[in-house]
Amino acid sequence: MGGVRVLVGTRKGAFVLTADAKRERWDINGPHFAGWEIYHLKGSPADPNRLYASQSSGWFGQLIPRSNDGGKTWEPVGNKFVYEGVTGTHQWYDGTPHPWEFARVWHLEPSLTDPDTVYAGVEDAALFRSIDGGQTWQELPGLRGHGSAPSWQPGAGGMCLHTIVLDPSLPGRIFIAISAAGVFRSDDAGKTWRPMNRGLRSEGIPDPNAEVGHCVHRIAMHRSRPGVLFMQKHWDVMRSDDAGESWREVSGNLPSDFGFPIDVHAHEPDTIYVVPIKSDSEHYVSEGKLRVYRSRTGGHEWEALTNGLPQSHCYVNVLRDAMAVDALDPCGVYFGTTGGQVYASADAGDSWAPIVRDLPSVVSVEVQTLP
Amino acid sequence: MIRVVLPAHLRTLAHVDGEVKLHVEGQVTQRAVLDALEARYPTLRGTIRDHVTHQRRAFVRVFACEQDLSHEPPDTPLPEAVAMGVEPLLIVGAMAGG
Repeated sequence: MGGVRVLVGTRKGAFVLTADAKRERWDINGPHFAGWEIYHLKGSPADPNRLYASQSSGWFGQLIPRSNDGGKTWEPVGNKFVYEGVTGTHQWYDGTPHPWEFARVWHLEPSLTDPDTVYAGVEDAALFRSIDGGQTWQELPGLRGHGSAPSWQPGAGGMCLHTIVLDPSLPGRIFIAISAAGVFRSDDAGKTWRPMNRGLRSEGIPDPNAEVGHCVHRIAMHRSRPGVLFMQKHWDVMRSDDAGESWREVSGNLPSDFGFPIDVHAHEPDTIYVVPIKSDSEHYVSEGKLRVYRSRTGGHEWEALTNGLPQSHCYVNVLRDAMAVDALDPCGVYFGTTGGQVYASADAGDSWAPIVRDLPSVVSVEVQTLP
Repeated sequence: MIRVVLPAHLRTLAHVDGEVKLHVEGQVTQRAVLDALEARYPTLRGTIRDHVTHQRRAFVRVFACEQDLSHEPPDTPLPEAVAMGVEPLLIVGAMAGG
């Protein structure tokens, strides 16, 4: 019988949570890399025992640990991230040019087919790739070489490339998202890129047709329908039916359309999940109630999922990479909070229970469905 | 032998307990000691100083003989007590971050 492995990155280490397919009894392993910030860890779809993690600290910089046994043991691999060619500048908060400076890896996206190939989205925004299991990293410089790059500006959390989505039907197609530049798509395996932000409307950007400058928080895709993308933007939940060429708002009856994560049900490509929070200045859920919202219609119509979640005095947030789904039936949904709780639903969100309540603040949650 | 004391996180990373003892050829400078340290423990590359520029990371400090040597040029000779192995070179994570 198979099971699931939940990979949790926190502000002070990583945790690996495992259960059988019933997803009722959990084994909690960790902290790994105690004391270090773990922005993300993710397993290879081609080899579930191959995991990569982003381990960093303000003191000692960036490390990339790799596991070949499903997270039982780890070894550091390459941590040299050097921008290709002329470093160039982007806009600083005050509008002045600011040189690109590497800060950390926000997101690791292993190849769909090769366990030794993995992409890294970094701050300051750039996309790197390793084809030797993380030992060496090369920038894909076409992205940062896009003509709009000198006008990119950091979001409040830094100018991070935080989302990488690989198209399973077109091997050369990659979507990425940058705060606060927006979505870009490559159709040639990362050589050239086009902004994909038509239809996004962001208060504070005077030009409604601005090519870049949007604070996209996350995008998600169902692998059976890669032309459809869902987006949680700073404000607004958006949808594209033409692989990012254009976007339309599907926030519908959400109580707030501000949030960070968005994900898609493993078996129902029109069932999507978000966790709205109150506002950009109040980074916690509204009314003290932790509510996941689910749409079964690809947006517009949303229902609150509350069974098992705290409905009073709760003031946590769920960060952009801190929600994931498994591939079991019924689909499992997982998310972690800034308060250190990791919640799981084994029935597609109808009911929830905490796997663990008192971890350090959770930054990322990924799930592997094991054979 | 040159004695080096690493901060706890870097001892864990390098799988060492206590002090590190290094043989350094030629003049004993910060650069020479860090070169020898990184050659012995390649996993420490990038954690104390930048891979390319070799600039010290902002929140890493270097002390020896009750002196803060963090801002000394990398090729300045270290105190004789360090070069003789009497005193250790202390690599310290700065008190920062609350």
